Amino acid sequence: MNRFEYVRPRTIAEAVSAAALPGSAYLAAGTNLLDLMKIGVARPARLVDLNHLPGLDAVEHRPDGSVRIGAAVRNAALAADPAFARRFPAVAEALLSGASAQLRNAATAGGNILQRTRCAYFADPDSACNRREPGSGCDARGGENRLHAVLGWSEACIATHPSDFCVPLVALDAVVEIEGPGGAREVPLRDFHRLPGTAPERESALAPGELVVALRLPPGADRFAAHARYVKLRERTSYAFAVVSAAAGLRLEAGRIVEARLALGGVAARPWRAEAAERSLAGAAPDADSFRRAAEIALADARPSGENGFKIELARRIAARALALAAAGTPARLPALPASPFASAPSGGLHG
Amino acid sequence: MAEVISMRHGSSAGQPITRRDGPLKVTGAARYAADNHPPGLLHAVLATSAIGRGRVTSLDEAAARAHPGVVAVMTPANRPALAMDPDDKSVPFSFRMDLLQDQRVRYAGQPVAVVIAETLEAATEGAALLAPRYEAEPAEVSLDEGEAFVPPIVGAGAPAELRHGDAEAGLAAAANRIEATYETPTQFHNAMEPHGVVAAWDGDALSLDMPTQGFALTVMCLAALFGIPAEGIHIRSPFLGGGFGSKLLTGPQVLGILAARLVGRPVKLVLRRGQMYGPVTHRAPTRQVLRLGAAPDGGLTALHHHVRTATSRFDDFIEPSGGVSHTLYAAPAIRTTHEAVRLDTGTPGFMRAPGEASGSIALESAMDEMALACSMDPLAFRLRNYAEVEPVSGKPFSSKALRECYAQGAARFGWAGRPLAPRTMRDAQGMLVGWGVGTATFPAHLFQAAARAAIRRDGSGLVEAGAHDMGQGAWTAFTQIAAESLGLDVERVEFRSGTSDLPDAGIAGGSAHTATLGGAIRDAGLKAVARLAELATEDPRSPLFGAGNVGVVARDGRLLRRDDEGRGESFAEILARAGLAEVEAKGSAAPDPAAAEAYASHAHGAVFAEVKVDPELGQVRATRIVGAFAAGRIINPRLVRSQYDGGMIWGVSCALHERAAIDRRSGRVMNADLAEYHLPVNADVPSLEAILVEERDPHVNALGIKGVGEIAITGTAGAVANAVWHATGVRARRFPIAVEDLLLDPAAP
Repeated sequence: MNRFEYVRPRTIAEAVSAAALPGSAYLAAGTNLLDLMKIGVARPARLVDLNHLPGLDAVEHRPDGSVRIGAAVRNAALAADPAFARRFPAVAEALLSGASAQLRNAATAGGNILQRTRCAYFADPDSACNRREPGSGCDARGGENRLHAVLGWSEACIATHPSDFCVPLVALDAVVEIEGPGGAREVPLRDFHRLPGTAPERESALAPGELVVALRLPPGADRFAAHARYVKLRERTSYAFAVVSAAAGLRLEAGRIVEARLALGGVAARPWRAEAAERSLAGAAPDADSFRRAAEIALADARPSGENGFKIELARRIAARALALAAAGTPARLPALPASPFASAPSGGLHG
Repeated sequence: MAEVISMRHGSSAGQPITRRDGPLKVTGAARYAADNHPPGLLHAVLATSAIGRGRVTSLDEAAARAHPGVVAVMTPANRPALAMDPDDKSVPFSFRMDLLQDQRVRYAGQPVAVVIAETLEAATEGAALLAPRYEAEPAEVSLDEGEAFVPPIVGAGAPAELRHGDAEAGLAAAANRIEATYETPTQFHNAMEPHGVVAAWDGDALSLDMPTQGFALTVMCLAALFGIPAEGIHIRSPFLGGGFGSKLLTGPQVLGILAARLVGRPVKLVLRRGQMYGPVTHRAPTRQVLRLGAAPDGGLTALHHHVRTATSRFDDFIEPSGGVSHTLYAAPAIRTTHEAVRLDTGTPGFMRAPGEASGSIALESAMDEMALACSMDPLAFRLRNYAEVEPVSGKPFSSKALRECYAQGAARFGWAGRPLAPRTMRDAQGMLVGWGVGTATFPAHLFQAAARAAIRRDGSGLVEAGAHDMGQGAWTAFTQIAAESLGLDVERVEFRSGTSDLPDAGIAGGSAHTATLGGAIRDAGLKAVARLAELATEDPRSPLFGAGNVGVVARDGRLLRRDDEGRGESFAEILARAGLAEVEAKGSAAPDPAAAEAYASHAHGAVFAEVKVDPELGQVRATRIVGAFAAGRIINPRLVRSQYDGGMIWGVSCALHERAAIDRRSGRVMNADLAEYHLPVNADVPSLEAILVEERDPHVNALGIKGVGEIAITGTAGAVANAVWHATGVRARRFPIAVEDLLLDPAAP
């Protein structure tokens, strides 16, 4: 890797100040950044190490019902927080379906939302990649692109965002708290990741030098706790990114859906909130027909970006599955294979 | 000479003792090649080609040299001279290597320069700064490209075509016929320990820490390449973190040795994970066409197995996938044919069960398809076509307990009552459930090896041989054989191994290391005991005086009269009275041409697989695997079970997971890491059981061992694929089976 300067700030203000110099990168667990540095994809001139900043590693359940997740909270610690897992079971399930136990012990909440795409062409400095090197082209087009985007992609970039954690978070209207040279601000997670358009190198709403300090779930986000699931289709049972995934939350009253939340993972450059599908479910019966209809609405704009047309139907099916599982009720305990189709099936079993 | 009988002990051959190097491994004390840091060590890093074919036109050597810590940049311009062209293949079993002989690029990932620096980080950055420029030519990397040719040989020397009987006539006469095409992908060995070397020169003497599966071959090749005496080359390879056929001498390791020559200091070169997808061999992709004919009663009338595979543009290794069809099923007409195309890739090579692994997938799938065509249970169909003699040679088997494997495996799995029709079983959740079977087979090879055994003054034993422990347990199994042959407990036997200056133990390959070197160790041990017995029985002061005719028994460090075990004395007493520090003997093992002429020798097995498939999402999980294997005598059941488990897991991987994703334009492997090149994790093999079926083989070799390293990867992938069909009704013929292959119509019954 390239030679770089290493800075260990003691406060957030020091960190923001240190990162104001061009070429800086924040280092949290490094589970993604250090890998990218080793293969020459990331070449920061300065690493600003966040691991010694105080006050970023707390999960606060606030009196107003919101929850603030410090950016440095480790994935495993968040999933293991009993109150958090009880109030936001789909988020815990998504966290535990990601990576491996070792990575979850290290990886942070802030780092998770900022992880880079797993597109092989992005990770290969010898390939053309507009995201890595603006204007160089996109070798994923016409290449190995089975797992690439089917929603929101552009001619410039067909990569997906790989996070599991972000999928239920975006469904629950999470907010990103940011500190930066211009002070503190907030951005809804749904607006945080940018679709590629003509500038795929601009991956998030963060301005240069800005630091994610926390994620916040708003008051009432736990109203879906009784009917919330995350389902993730992988090419092996564990330690694999999603081919497609879905988070679903339902509020049921008197046998009808009062309110629904649905988001998809692995389909676009951002965690994909499916609001039109959610609206279609309001007032509907929680049955297979409603869920299938919602899934079709969610994927209405989908189109293949390569040899990945199968992902569209797969995403419909996994959306319907997540909704069906959510309708069946959140299990009392997280399954042993979190988010796996093999973990649990909707009550009454699978049709088909 | 007195006849000596060796007796089994609680810890000797046949016993499931734990591996002797286990504590070293779990505490991290086992020293692998890259763990060595001699004084003055420099680090070398490869720069590799990003194009699949063409020439390197420039390297920014100045930028690399200017990077702090960089000591040297090795390119074709300054690479130390070799005594032999790296494209010369006069050393047996050697392959053409890319040793910076010129600017040509023959495949993506080919080394094009080496940067040597004070630290690994500086060398890595130096290599990146070289930023090669190329004159690229279009690369061909797909089986569909290029013109196919019929190779002169396949694998290690088998004919490309074999005809037994008239396959076309057999097919024409068949009541049932199937023809199906199966595809297997390019696979890479992915040993946990990457290829590497720590090299130090002293004049023309060369000291190497380097994992190798064959000391003697490696020394011979290095001596020829560098034009130095073989005696001056000393290699230490006490442990390998897996080899699977990829750790005979490879080009990158030689580049590390050349780098040490260039800078005159010790150099360490270790491949980065991503660099192991190019210059250290792989399993070539195959497209296999199986044509089977069967009579109304299910008896095969003909079997034609055609293989299309690929080799590199500059060297030959042809995956011999058709070989399994020669030996497994009793068809009166068998034909196997191979063709290959030349691609701009590294040269493929030996990868765990080369030929058998890929061929078995196709053959076992086709047998399943034919069983269905005959409306027969797949196991009954295999039994109907059970080969009582080796089909293509007509030779009897030296032993064959395959029937028992089928029976024990089926009983343990619960095969009886399996519905014939697919998509008829579900679990309580509604997941589709399917059961499949595959037959495992692997030939019992024997190569050449030597060993030395001694019985020392204190009554302990010493056995020496340059064996290779790739993780399979060589340190343990060979000590057990030594203990048995010496009549000692394993705790009383010292086994010296893992260096090139010890007796030539042959190679760890072909599943033949235990049989081959074990035979040499046994020979040496028995001879050493016989010398001791001679001392005793000819010495009037010994209680064994005159026992030469009745024979003596070696047990627990004592020699006993066979007809009166109350009379005897310890090894130490015999040596003390004779005034000797030790008695020693050399032993050897080599193939017995008479036995090979008279018998066909193969290990066999039966693998039963259960899979569950999500009917809507297509995700597959191999929920239960039972394999029953017969491989002659078992030296250590615990270690053997590990080999079977590992093989079956790899079989699951072949069926469901593993595939190199090669960019068709650049030839680069786009998933060259262990996050994206999917191997099974624990959760993918929740229930795995290996049954060791008893088999006595008086003919195969002195110890009756057939070898267990490779067999379990065969049979398993087919069993899993057949189970997927049984679960879903979808016959996937492209491997690994992917989600999109199983996106079923959810409205189907």
